[in-house]
Amino acid sequence: MVAMPKKRRDLPVTPLSYPTVGSMGKTGSWRTFRPEVNYSKCTRCVLCWVFCPDAVITRQEDDSPKIDYDYCKGCGICANECPVKAIIMVREEE
Amino acid sequence: MTRMVVDTANHLAGYAAKAARVKVVAAYPITPQTTVVEKIADFVESGEMDAEYIRVESEHSAMVACIGAAATGVRTFTATSAQGLALMHEALHWASGSRLPIVMAVVNRAMGAPWSIWPDLSDSLSQRDTGWIQFYCADNQEVFDMILQAYKLCEDERVFLPAMVCLEGFILSHTYAPAKLPEQSKIDEFLPPYKCGWMLDVDRPYSHANLVSPEWYMEFRFMIQEAMENAKRLIPQVANDYGKRFGHGYGGLVERYKCDDADLVLLTMGTIGSDAKLAVDKLRQEGLKVGSARVRVYRPFPVEEIVDLAKNVRMFATIDRHISFGMEGFLASEVKASLFGQKDRPLFAGFIAGLGGRDVTAETVEKLAKRSLKWTDLGKVEKETEWVDLRE
Amino acid sequence: MVTMKELPREEYLLKGHAACAGCGPAVSLRLLFKALGSKVFLVVPACCTTVIQGPYPFTSFGVPLQNILFESTGAAASGVVAALRQRRVDDITVVGWAGDGGTADIGIQALSGAAERETNFIYICYDNEAYGNTGMQRSGLTPYGAWTTTTPSGKKERKKDMPMIMAAHKIPYVATACTAFPLDFVNKVRKAKDIQGTKYIHLLAPCPTGWRYDTGKTIEMGRLAVQTGLFVLYEIENGKFKLNPPSDRLVDKSKRKPVKEYFAGQGRFRNLTEDDVVRIENWVDEDWNEYRKRAECA
Repeated sequence: MVAMPKKRRDLPVTPLSYPTVGSMGKTGSWRTFRPEVNYSKCTRCVLCWVFCPDAVITRQEDDSPKIDYDYCKGCGICANECPVKAIIMVREEE
Repeated sequence: MTRMVVDTANHLAGYAAKAARVKVVAAYPITPQTTVVEKIADFVESGEMDAEYIRVESEHSAMVACIGAAATGVRTFTATSAQGLALMHEALHWASGSRLPIVMAVVNRAMGAPWSIWPDLSDSLSQRDTGWIQFYCADNQEVFDMILQAYKLCEDERVFLPAMVCLEGFILSHTYAPAKLPEQSKIDEFLPPYKCGWMLDVDRPYSHANLVSPEWYMEFRFMIQEAMENAKRLIPQVANDYGKRFGHGYGGLVERYKCDDADLVLLTMGTIGSDAKLAVDKLRQEGLKVGSARVRVYRPFPVEEIVDLAKNVRMFATIDRHISFGMEGFLASEVKASLFGQKDRPLFAGFIAGLGGRDVTAETVEKLAKRSLKWTDLGKVEKETEWVDLRE
Repeated sequence: MVTMKELPREEYLLKGHAACAGCGPAVSLRLLFKALGSKVFLVVPACCTTVIQGPYPFTSFGVPLQNILFESTGAAASGVVAALRQRRVDDITVVGWAGDGGTADIGIQALSGAAERETNFIYICYDNEAYGNTGMQRSGLTPYGAWTTTTPSGKKERKKDMPMIMAAHKIPYVATACTAFPLDFVNKVRKAKDIQGTKYIHLLAPCPTGWRYDTGKTIEMGRLAVQTGLFVLYEIENGKFKLNPPSDRLVDKSKRKPVKEYFAGQGRFRNLTEDDVVRIENWVDEDWNEYRKRAECA
């Protein structure tokens, strides 16, 4: 995990930024709708994984999708592209 | 074997890039820089120089290609003049902000509009805020020597800044003069292989120069200022080292000539410094106590040297080969700024001379020195800034 | 042809990045890394991808990335490639990854220069048809009639044909691609990697923020762009032109979906009049005549 610098002497000679999950924090807070997967309908085609802009879908052992809700922005591409409509977008409760 | 040659400063800049074992040159032609890159093209194609010459399609691309190459771990070189330097302005900022030790020869030429191909220092001095170290040369040998010293200095981890070695167009760039080229093995002992503070690397991936918020931007800029301060200390050390190995020196950040007991000191940059020495000799023969000082390093500005020089001098006269419109010559401003905190300051006169390549001879300098001496005796300067030999 | 499941699992665009929800370029970046892996130096000018990285000291990218000045992706890449060659490093792919402006407008000179010098790199323009980073102003790649913040009543000029401009440089590989056809894009990137010289891929990457459609429809919009014939998938390899599926079947006008279907789904086309639509349909027909001729000659 990359640490926020505390002192000037912690700085590199020029800004070098290291790979970080959540560079913008928990982007899951951005969403209004969340995708819900119906695993009995899911055919393991992995299209949702291919098309997710945020890399929050992981392919599990059996190729079914696992969604990281800490970072999912709720764009709805996965639901829109699922050929069998196994993913539906559900409004987040307040 | 040290080799004696008789060659132009431009060609010697090419020799210096070769001697420094530069690996990537990216440049775009512009008068009067062209013969630098033509010489390098010859070296590369003949195999004499083991490097790649990227024939970019503009000066902006030239600087950015050098940035890309330096960020990928090799020593780089470029050269330009006037409009070309101005075109790469934002890239100059990018290079210093990226702390890349790129060295560039700037063949000084007046800025358009209107077109002028003749020398003055407006081009490089307009870039003084970009975080580049700036050297100003008075002869061909100095151009060769300073390019090598620049690499040594810039690749020091206390510096890691780019540098421009400035030489006036036609006066130096196209004039043949003798020069000594040291033996390559001795140069290799002086200048070790390329070093940089960072480099693109697949084993340790990072993004360079992405967005920095107000939280940290100021600290990165402070570090550049610190590096400039370090450079000020290290420039004489590198010069001493070079002088010991190769036998020539130029007297530090400011080259003094007969200043010890001078009433009037003429402050100059570039080749006008040489004319000033001739004028000083002539004036001394007439019993007038005049000395001259050539500012060889403009960034970092040699504040301490100027303060020291001003002790016991009654009058400073600066000769600026450029003008900052709406104010005065840059050398005049910065000399005055250096002295502001001092209790006792000499009288000050600023002269503007030689714009657009108008000739500045020893006679010109002698004349303005005599005017300055008159004001010294009066205890009052007639005009704070005077344009020399201006037509009515 | 690779399959969906053969795409590697590793991610080099890390979640929690700064892209808009539904960002087409973000999908495209993930596909780029699935095509190439991590032995990549990315050169990125000012564009959406600059912002997607996130702020110092963090980046969402797991590969070396050189941010560079807006107009000079081609020049920076030339420098990087030369340096790698001088260091005798030959297993790193240099990729210039730029948006509209950095490719077709402010960056066209450096790209043209790099191509003319036969710089050995892959240049990918992810085309979201506006200047996204600065808030959706029009670019040379914005299509006729589209709303942008600087063309509020619709752009009056046509889209620059950037792939053909690059083909005129006689580089060994030019291709068009679309995020909605991921395997086609991945294959083209992999093919480009193995070719020496400058390779140019023009990738249509839909943008919900600029095109004004529901964020979930990014892939659908890309698909429609191709299905209507407005965007054409093709390759030009050593001068030989080839249409790729599904565009190869759209030479037959009756197989092309009506352009109105594409425009209806995007708020940026709300200003189009009937005359505009007819004008656009005629251009599509004219362009397709050209494509048909080229495909037949090949």
